[in-house]
Amino acid sequence: MTRARDIANLGNNTTNLETLDALYGDNVLTGRNLIINGSFTVAQRGTSATVTTGSAPLTVDRFSTNIANLDQASLTESQDSAVPSGQGFANSFKVVVGGTAETTLDGDETVYIRYQGIEGQDAQHLAFGTSSAKKTTLSFWVRSGVTGNYAVLMYTNNGIGGASPRSQTLTYTVNSADTWEYKTITFDGDGASGNALANDTSAELQLYFSLAAGSNSTATDGTSWGAYAQGKLAYGQTANLIGTASAAFYITGVQLEVGETATPFEHRSYGDELAKCQRYYYESGGTATNDWGQKGYQIASNYIANTLSHPVAMRAAPSVTKAGTFVTSAIAQPTPLGSSTTSWYWQAQKDGSSGAWTMYSNSSGKFTLESEL
Amino acid sequence: MDEMTITSAQYTELNSMIRATIDGTEMFIPLDPANRHYAEILRQVEAGTLTIADAD
Repeated sequence: MTRARDIANLGNNTTNLETLDALYGDNVLTGRNLIINGSFTVAQRGTSATVTTGSAPLTVDRFSTNIANLDQASLTESQDSAVPSGQGFANSFKVVVGGTAETTLDGDETVYIRYQGIEGQDAQHLAFGTSSAKKTTLSFWVRSGVTGNYAVLMYTNNGIGGASPRSQTLTYTVNSADTWEYKTITFDGDGASGNALANDTSAELQLYFSLAAGSNSTATDGTSWGAYAQGKLAYGQTANLIGTASAAFYITGVQLEVGETATPFEHRSYGDELAKCQRYYYESGGTATNDWGQKGYQIASNYIANTLSHPVAMRAAPSVTKAGTFVTSAIAQPTPLGSSTTSWYWQAQKDGSSGAWTMYSNSSGKFTLESEL
Repeated sequence: MDEMTITSAQYTELNSMIRATIDGTEMFIPLDPANRHYAEILRQVEAGTLTIADAD
């Protein structure tokens, strides 16, 4: 029977879970996964980094490792090729413990992987803040060098600035060390009146995967939706990844979908996933010499400028960072001068009254444009 | 839950962006409240812990 016939027969066949699973597995039913880059195929910033105290992704897009107040341990993160066998994944996200293991944690120590957030305008169908608030199911593959209970926090920001964030913290168990295991967690819908997700571009829904947590982050029962407090961040967490030297934590196949049932992971093409990631970050330059050239136009007696379009509309006007040195002709090094969700522009001082007024990409000079949540 | 360290901030010419050093990296930040860097600058200015210098 063809997949088209399967779909046509769904109306008479909705209880045939085997057929439904096959359809999901063949990616016929798409658009289920609210998570971007859940299979960690996109790593625009690089493939390996030492974790710092910043909150932005360092390697794989849309996910970051966050640490606070570590005394002796350190962490590195990377895009890795270790994956669960036969599941169709090519990459995972890996966090490895370095430095000196900390078998006892101070109260203020925390380590977690943060999913950067789902825009409020993309989560309105969850109907939070109403009596029809929908449950969501998180599924993923995990492999850890440390067994025990791990906490996952779902966090709602309630508008830009997060005036009254709310959360629910649930747990999963790693049963066998260094073994891939499939996990599912079903979060309740937050139906409390007055807590609708803002219909804007802010990080209305975030996920925090705890890897280690001191008592300050585990002290408050967060298993039901309520106002967020620090003590709920990792409530129920017993595993301490940084308590074991060189312990590694891998995760892949992260999917968040509406409902109480985890369906097979929705594999997307690299191009689709990259475009989704570029809404929040992309780089221009830093590759081979003359991959592109920019012609400037005179805007003042001593300055030239040009406007460039983003590859996709960005979430917000991006911050622009210039790294390295571009090859230029008759101009000084360029400087960003403005940005919007659709384009940005640079200017440079003229070097002479005439000339090509151009810059060219090379392996050194690049711009990064970031509108992360 | 996450914090940024901002060590300098100055308007660019035309006052179209803020040139700031955040977590050790110099970047040019648009005046868009939905931009997380600008939102943090506004928060720190409001708290009195950061001043944005005028453009040169």
